Amino acid sequence: MGRIVLDQVSKSFGKTEVIPPLDLTIEDGEFTVFVGPSGCGKSTLLRLIAGLEDVSGGKVSIDGKEMTEVPPAKRGLSMVFQSYALYPHMSVRKNIAFPLRMAKMDKAEIKKRVEDAATVLNLTDYLSRRPGQLSGGQRQRVAIGRAIVREPSAFLFDEPLSNLDAALRVGMRLEISEMHKRLATTMIYVTHDQVEAMTMADKIVVLQAGVIEQVGSPLELYRAPRNTFVAGFIGSPKMNLLTGEEAAKHDAHTIGIRPEHITISNESGTWEGVVGVSEHLGSDSFFHVKCDGFEDPLTVRAGGELQLSYGAKVFLTPDTAHLHRFNDQGLRIE
Amino acid sequence: MARAVTSQRKAINTIFAWSIGLLIFFPILWTILTSFKTEAQAINDPPIFFFFDWTLENYAVVQERSDYLKFLWNSIIIAGGSTLLGILIGVPAAWSMAFVPSRRTKDILLWMLSTKMLPAVGVLYPIYLLFIEMGLLDSRFGLVIVLMLINLPIIIWMLYTYFKEIPVDILEAARMDGASLRNEIMYVLTPMAIPGIASTMLLNFILAWNEAFWTLNLTAAKAAPLTAFIASYSSPEGLFFAKLSAASTMAIAPILILGWFSQKQLVRGLTFGAVK
Repeated sequence: MGRIVLDQVSKSFGKTEVIPPLDLTIEDGEFTVFVGPSGCGKSTLLRLIAGLEDVSGGKVSIDGKEMTEVPPAKRGLSMVFQSYALYPHMSVRKNIAFPLRMAKMDKAEIKKRVEDAATVLNLTDYLSRRPGQLSGGQRQRVAIGRAIVREPSAFLFDEPLSNLDAALRVGMRLEISEMHKRLATTMIYVTHDQVEAMTMADKIVVLQAGVIEQVGSPLELYRAPRNTFVAGFIGSPKMNLLTGEEAAKHDAHTIGIRPEHITISNESGTWEGVVGVSEHLGSDSFFHVKCDGFEDPLTVRAGGELQLSYGAKVFLTPDTAHLHRFNDQGLRIE
Repeated sequence: MARAVTSQRKAINTIFAWSIGLLIFFPILWTILTSFKTEAQAINDPPIFFFFDWTLENYAVVQERSDYLKFLWNSIIIAGGSTLLGILIGVPAAWSMAFVPSRRTKDILLWMLSTKMLPAVGVLYPIYLLFIEMGLLDSRFGLVIVLMLINLPIIIWMLYTYFKEIPVDILEAARMDGASLRNEIMYVLTPMAIPGIASTMLLNFILAWNEAFWTLNLTAAKAAPLTAFIASYSSPEGLFFAKLSAASTMAIAPILILGWFSQKQLVRGLTFGAVK
């Protein structure tokens, strides 16, 4: 069980308020991702839940029990750190066993649990090694092993994949998602990478400057961003945001259109422009098109076969059914 | 061409370094040499370097006149005791300053160090009176306490620097893993800080071993360590350089040997954090 409720939780460092009072409920078994640009307070929020930082105001409760004043050791949560934070002087076996040893579990049970975890994480051959003798991916697995053995009520991940190379990151992402499906335990995952957020989350919490901009499932956020910040942050490549005359045509201050909702043509279309940089990914191609009257080039997605040379003249047509409209405060207009 | 210049420079640097090293070591070397001379040769003018009649007579006399082992034992107890006690107090103190600093931590550190700036003789009188009052005069226990207090600022400073190098993440991980404060210090922090703690202990042991001001002033016969043993040979009835040298050599030999075997550890300890 791991239902986590934040009630008017706030955090200040000295006179600087990092997180103004916020409410958030994370349901039991949910995979929640905190995402936002660096310095948005997502890690701080995680540390408040963990108890590694004291809240400046508000209440944190886990499974209906108030935990605001409870030290991290007694909250029943496990955490995986960005730096892995393994104990360098202990073998992999002792690292994984450490939380169980602290819980004064009996030796046979510890041995069994450590070996089970090692089997699941493919660490069986490395149990007697020290962390210093492992690769980045293996260290990450040890950190995860240490987190799962004691069967916590929730897992906290603080940017666990950002020290891994791109290929490994994709692999570990899948493994963590799979682990979540298997264990069905609450997980809170902090990342600045919106791709990780989109692919892993049941629920995404978008943060900016300590404020929750939007909470919802990945597709909800993708299809109906509540404001221009979320619109620009979620989705890769970014949504095209246009202001001025074009937006006014649709009774909005800003309009947003995703790259895949624009069709590109050599003959005719709504907007006329010139092709700039093209990015060919094989399956898709992204073209950056400079249109007359728009400040920034528009990003357009097309099929992988389309070839357009730099400087070629093209026409773009937005799919108005997928147009996002925002008012002068940046809020979505339905 | 450039290579030649470099190796020439290297040679000059080497000679320079060795000369300085020799200059520093010379008094010790001279003491050791003198301890093997006769009293007459010891004060010979011009001084004799190697070509004298090597004799062990001084050692025999020193051993006969005073019980070297008793002084040695006192030195070990006093230096060892004050080091252990200092570490016991220093580890938690440095832990709190390194990992849960307050606004005043830097001030406290400086203030502690400032106590080392005070000439020891300035507090001799009050401490002497306290010792009389508490019956600690000429007791090993009293000296352990005083030397521990004298060196505590250095212990805490050194440990503080080591602890600062330990990533906070790892301690937080221990906290998340359910470790109490005591377990965190015992199973995670201390093992990681062992090299630092070891070199702190070593340096402190050497400092306490060589400490003369307090050991001379607060002891008489019972608790006197090796420093007092040396001092007893610079007697007012006339200087016996050869015997004084023999006593000194006997007094510094243990610490010299200890230092020699642990120099790697000591150098690493003293430069810890400088290069990483």
